[in-house]
Amino acid sequence: MTKEFKRPDGRKVDEMREMKAKVGIIPNADGSAMFQFGDTIAIAAVYGPKEMHPQHSQNPEKGVLRCTYNMMSFSVTDRIRPGPSRRSQEISKITEWALEPIVMLDEFPSTVVDVHIYILQANASTRCAGINAAALALAHAGVPMKDLVSSVSIGKLDKTLVVDLNKDEEDWEEGEGATDIPITMISTEDKITHIQLDGHILPKQLKEAVELARKATKKIYEVQKKALKDSLGE
Amino acid sequence: METSKLTKDRIKKFIEGGKRFDGRGLDEFREIIIEKGISKKAEGSARVRIGKTEVLVGVKMGIGEPYPDSLDEGNMMVTTELTPLSSDRFELGPPRIEAIELARIIDRGVRESKLIDFKKLCLEEGKKVWTVFIDIYSINDDGNLLDAAGIGAIAALSIAKIPKYDEKEGKVLYGEWTNNKIPLNFLPLSCTIHKIDDKLIVDPNREEEDASEARVTLSISEKGIHAMQKGNAKELKIEEFNEILDFAEKNWEKLFPKVEKMLK
Repeated sequence: MTKEFKRPDGRKVDEMREMKAKVGIIPNADGSAMFQFGDTIAIAAVYGPKEMHPQHSQNPEKGVLRCTYNMMSFSVTDRIRPGPSRRSQEISKITEWALEPIVMLDEFPSTVVDVHIYILQANASTRCAGINAAALALAHAGVPMKDLVSSVSIGKLDKTLVVDLNKDEEDWEEGEGATDIPITMISTEDKITHIQLDGHILPKQLKEAVELARKATKKIYEVQKKALKDSLGE
Repeated sequence: METSKLTKDRIKKFIEGGKRFDGRGLDEFREIIIEKGISKKAEGSARVRIGKTEVLVGVKMGIGEPYPDSLDEGNMMVTTELTPLSSDRFELGPPRIEAIELARIIDRGVRESKLIDFKKLCLEEGKKVWTVFIDIYSINDDGNLLDAAGIGAIAALSIAKIPKYDEKEGKVLYGEWTNNKIPLNFLPLSCTIHKIDDKLIVDPNREEEDASEARVTLSISEKGIHAMQKGNAKELKIEEFNEILDFAEKNWEKLFPKVEKMLK
């Protein structure tokens, strides 16, 4: 049954959209990157480590990672009001948690690393693209890290699991409808730093979804690594 | 008050040996007390106590316009106030990320499980629909506000009655109710698993929650899992995540019948 399943854009169930990644896109930033899943484009800039203001927010034991995720007003069909929303604030926090395990915050106490993520064109999986861009930007900034993280959304359309949801698939209504499961992993260690789910799924199939994410994040990792290497070649 | 590192380390040591300060097993909830109908003015309301943790949840309804992508369906909005009266950690002012995240987790648990039959809350397609407001207030924070809020939301919804509506005037007659309840389907239960060192626990108290390295909240009904969110920065191995799923399922099987009975 899985083999016969037709995705709206003709992709195979485990096929991701074309990925593009580029490092060093914002000259002012200490580190920056773009990451793209098909029509979903995220850019990220890193400033820091720098002195934390206000001073009482400093942590003398370890540095603070501060992420902001925002969609540009024109990134979706119906214009969204610029500025933070409850959704964007939650995704910002989720992004911090997704990235923190790989950043060696102990090495720069009392400082802050700001990671600013903007979505300039959205076709679903924006938080995943944002996290992938942010990991690259942190590496580009030379912030001490033990590895990269890679993020992908696994979907369940009716009963079939697919990799890297686009908007048409996110709005899937046939059968059991769509379930969206964004997952972030340290792909070299098979560890999960972030996972969310909306929809409906049984535990057994959720475990299969994590397995799909494990394989997909390894591919994303290669794309990220290549982007970093390419930036050195210039 | 912040929990000291000394206390956290001690908690970890205890839990490593399968024990907790208050003598509970790792998979054991504190006593849950649900009190329904605590406000006469609300469409539905409930007080939930889990041990010393307490939340109040009220449901109010209003008339609004439907969203463009669901012209024949009612709306829902969940807000949380982590009040300064419930802990010295909370301050007055606009909601911070803790409150926003809590509200959004409860929102998705209710929404994705399709608990509320929103189609039946449409008054005039494309123009007028009912909006269900679920407002959560913390009264005492001794850990696990998340699960208390989840239980509070379904408890308040389970008794909520739709107010009378004057069609001619286009006004809600607040304070007068119809005999119609908010139409509900299968109840979801929010269930949070915490990882402390290599052990999993449910229902942490304040100190245990401070010692927790990662948490996963699942909204589960008899139909399966509807929403999930991992919180905090600690990473999880795939096997650990699978263990969490199994642990959450077992916890649901124990807890859900109890909660369901209390709601009847």
